[in-house]
Amino acid sequence: MKQAEIVVVGAGPAGLSAAAAAAQAGAQVLVIDENAEPGGQLFKQIHKFFGASEHRAGQRGVDIGHELLEEVEGLGVDVVLDASVWGIYDGSTVAVASQEYSWRVKADRIVLATGATENGLSFRGWTLPGVMGAGCAQTMMNVHRVLPGQRVVMVGSGNVGLIVAYQLLQAGAEVVAVVDALPRVGGYPVHAAKIARAGVPIYTSYSVKEADGDECVEKVTIWRVDDRWQGVPGSEIELDADTVTLAVGLSPMAELAWVAGCRFLHIPELGGHVPVHSAYMETTVPGIYVAGDVSGVEEASCAMEEGRLAGLWAASAAGRLSVAAAVAAAAPHEASLARLRSGPFGAAARGGKLAMDGRRDEAWGQTLTRGGA
Amino acid sequence: MNERRIEIHPILGLRPERRHVTIHFGDRPLPAYEGEPIAAALLAAGVRVFRKTSKRGEPRQLFCGIGRCTDCVMIVDDLPGVRTCVTPVRDGMRVEEQDGRGRWERERGGGEP
Repeated sequence: MKQAEIVVVGAGPAGLSAAAAAAQAGAQVLVIDENAEPGGQLFKQIHKFFGASEHRAGQRGVDIGHELLEEVEGLGVDVVLDASVWGIYDGSTVAVASQEYSWRVKADRIVLATGATENGLSFRGWTLPGVMGAGCAQTMMNVHRVLPGQRVVMVGSGNVGLIVAYQLLQAGAEVVAVVDALPRVGGYPVHAAKIARAGVPIYTSYSVKEADGDECVEKVTIWRVDDRWQGVPGSEIELDADTVTLAVGLSPMAELAWVAGCRFLHIPELGGHVPVHSAYMETTVPGIYVAGDVSGVEEASCAMEEGRLAGLWAASAAGRLSVAAAVAAAAPHEASLARLRSGPFGAAARGGKLAMDGRRDEAWGQTLTRGGA
Repeated sequence: MNERRIEIHPILGLRPERRHVTIHFGDRPLPAYEGEPIAAALLAAGVRVFRKTSKRGEPRQLFCGIGRCTDCVMIVDDLPGVRTCVTPVRDGMRVEEQDGRGRWERERGGGEP
């Protein structure tokens, strides 16, 4: 069996940051990702990031991705692509499927940085071709340079909905409308202003009633929702559209933590069920760490800071870094995370992480259905 | 290649030049670029139905685009259930609409596995 001091699952912003921090501390690191290219979802983020310069604000995700890759390569980290991790045994054996063969690797420490997946939204016709995640549209247009549709209805006015709506315009699509069931725009006003200036109507307190079409979306009907989220008959507006993109939140992709036997809590502010973890990013299974969206959905800037922390503490636990040195090295990343979570959009995540901490005992009281920690 | 291909982008600039390949969707030859996922090539060609569901025969296409949801699976070179959003095209590749779970070539009377 292969051996690795630290195995990182996922080569997105969190995983690459964890790998860099651990390798910098002298650890031998193996990163495994199922995609053909590293970078996770960074390469479709062609907008400038918000926040202070220490969080790489003003830089575009795609450029940050290239920098991270260079850093990791420079540190001699082994990155295996096109390989899916499908199991973790005894908290230390990682089972992997590559295209042609299966293999296992024995890891001293494991960092799970598997990210998140987009939520669906149920309405009549939501399974029709043409209804897709906003992130899917983003991948197709910004990474593969193919327009997902010509006339798009964006559902959700949070930052993802607003930013992707603007990127659809940049790519040459028409955004017919942005729709949000909430009574006000959810994302930054500056993003909303950009698309409003481009002439895109934003319907707040509106939701999709149905998408119609023979074999794909040809028409979208939206309607007003009352204060109990019920559609108001008679308020329908028919939109001529071939695509509906859903920006209605993300859920942590935590299957590997489940199979490894990690304890979970349901924290809505973090996107749903999250593996309980300490400030050292360690889960309830000793030696298994989490970082990024899998530990609670936040921005990519937070994922990178959490990745650094997970990498540092995993390397320290593996004996590569004294606790004192790890504390010193972690301090700037902790401070940076605290600042990222101090704004209006970070506050929910901070609350979620605090709630998780406060409810640790509850997680230990649960009966495990799988795994065996 | 066509109006769905984003040749010039205000932020990303010109589309990087890549080698042209041809894939076959049913008996229809489609142009594609080396390295792009099958789903991108089909989307660019205006293909809206990738598969039909097994019970109700409903059309499906793309949903997550990153290999999670399996909405976009098709029969690729006789292998059913291939996630077209994360599987790169190859010159001469045969891509077919998948009916339900699809069938393996050997079940259809093809060669040994």
